[in-house]
Amino acid sequence: MELSYREALNQAMREEMRRDQRVFLIGEDVAYYQGAFKVSKGFIEEFGPQRVIDTPITEAGFTGLAIGAAMAGLHPIVELMTMNFGIVALDQIVNNAAKIRYMSGGQLSVPLVIRGPGSAAHQLGAQHSQSLEAWFCHVPGLKVIAPATPHDAKGLLKSAIRNPDPVIFIEAQLLYSTKGEVQEGEFTIPIGVAEVKRTGRDVTIVAYSKMLLLALEAADALSREGVEAEVIDLRTLKPLDLQTIVASVKKTGRLVIVEEGWHFCGLGAQIAESVYSATFDYLDGPIRRVTGEDVPMPYCRPLEDAAIPDLPRVIEAVKSLL
Amino acid sequence: MVDMDLADVLSLYRQMLLIRRFEEKSAEMYALAKIAGFLHLYIGEEAIAVGAIASLRPDDYAISAYRDHGHCLARGSDPNRVMAELFGKATGLCKGKGGSMHLVDLPHRFMGGYAIVGGHIPLATGLAFANKYQSLDLVTVCFFGEGALPSGQAHEAFNLAALWKLPVIFICENNRYGMGTPAERAIALYGNVAETARSYGIAAESVDGMDVLAVRSVMQRVVAQVRAGHGPWFIEATTYRFMGHSMADPAHGHYRTKEEVEEYRKRDPLTLLKNTMMAQKLADEADFKQLEREIGEVMRAAVKFAEESPFPARSDLHADVVQE
Repeated sequence: MELSYREALNQAMREEMRRDQRVFLIGEDVAYYQGAFKVSKGFIEEFGPQRVIDTPITEAGFTGLAIGAAMAGLHPIVELMTMNFGIVALDQIVNNAAKIRYMSGGQLSVPLVIRGPGSAAHQLGAQHSQSLEAWFCHVPGLKVIAPATPHDAKGLLKSAIRNPDPVIFIEAQLLYSTKGEVQEGEFTIPIGVAEVKRTGRDVTIVAYSKMLLLALEAADALSREGVEAEVIDLRTLKPLDLQTIVASVKKTGRLVIVEEGWHFCGLGAQIAESVYSATFDYLDGPIRRVTGEDVPMPYCRPLEDAAIPDLPRVIEAVKSLL
Repeated sequence: MVDMDLADVLSLYRQMLLIRRFEEKSAEMYALAKIAGFLHLYIGEEAIAVGAIASLRPDDYAISAYRDHGHCLARGSDPNRVMAELFGKATGLCKGKGGSMHLVDLPHRFMGGYAIVGGHIPLATGLAFANKYQSLDLVTVCFFGEGALPSGQAHEAFNLAALWKLPVIFICENNRYGMGTPAERAIALYGNVAETARSYGIAAESVDGMDVLAVRSVMQRVVAQVRAGHGPWFIEATTYRFMGHSMADPAHGHYRTKEEVEEYRKRDPLTLLKNTMMAQKLADEADFKQLEREIGEVMRAAVKFAEESPFPARSDLHADVVQE
């Protein structure tokens, strides 16, 4: 069936909440407002205020509360209105959620999903347009997922909710209304498995979330010029499915990594290091990264466009390797 | 006069003595470099953990900050395994990965010591939330120092606890100093910290944190209220730490005087209870000597156990980062 990304997330949470009483949704305006981006549409009607919980604007407070509830055996889903607000809750996420299993020698666990939109939308300004996935990926104890399609969003969110560890689940505001085919009935997608979204022999493009759509668009354009790009959707950022990337790079000999986050210490730097270590002898050229610019996101459209990877930059990066 | 059942009161004294001697032994082991890192002793504050936890059921939750040995032991943890954790040994409560500030004992419902000031208070609301969500009549007791009161996370937690009537008891151990900074230079309402909680609509009161019977008496009443679903409580227990903030800080230091420390030592919680028991003829010197011998044996055994236990293997380094 064809679903929007938003509907796919809604289904995933709805199915898991029907399946497991321990699962509840908590966040700002998730109940009566139905979510800032309407992801929890219809939830308050079906599950009631005990399981669909509006919070005050207190990210550290309710994220910490959810972690405590998870320690006591519940499976909370925390909706951050945007991932930017996760910075306010970062002490809870990094110092508590990520470390409690380890510090307790495995006695405690924190089965928790923290989800919400990351990356830029259109002209939301510097404080609402960040791609912070590299921050979360840096922290041992966290898993990080950033799906690009409705099908992956549904299957991975269901897996995240069932996971025994804290999962940061990054959506994108500009993906919510995108549509795609979603498998009928009950299914999950395993965490930590990338997918080849398009096969090709000449170059590998690795991308995730919103940037996957750009990578596929670039691959189509390149194809018209006779260049066949293989496009890998990471889907899970941590644990990274290096095997799938390595297999592709061994075939193509060329790699371009597209990410919206800042360049310096970005996720692509880590992926490049891992790929170099595993495939150095197979590479026909340096690994290229197409990234966000190292600036706070500017408000005006021309500068915002300049700060985010676009089609010409991806195509240029690929061509520089040929 | 508080109702004095001998076995009961003796047990309170025994637990306070256990904590006192455990902390003294820890300091000794720190001096011998058997224990490293940060070590924050609970000496002087024993009556709060013991009095409060004596009012709990075994399935209630307790959670604490980094000065957590006392709460963990009062909860019933095995001193051998607590000492082994301080030694960083594989037999420690947390397999040597937590250390002094991060003791956890799940079977005893001690949900941890946390070392970011104020950061565990939201966790306490979450434990309480889970109990309410599952319609369990359990309470959660959250211990923290007055140094955590000005933190934003404390206030966020108070607001949520009050808003959602969560079954949580916040126990502010007011020992007057956040490390070296006195409360009057850190907390706007330093003269009446319970007012902080009342401003959120949380029922609050202060108790003499040196008097274990007073703490227990207040807690018995409060626990019953909270268990019955009447929402959160805040208790300020006034106390004093007889030692420095940590082992890096001498007993009085630059920020307080020796005279001040000596003045507070006159109200040592162990001496107070002992005097009461003697006055009531519930015990005599021989009983206390016997207790000392007994606890001394427990301490010797704990150190021996910790000494003889192995360190975790290098291969354990990556275990328990995520579920295998």
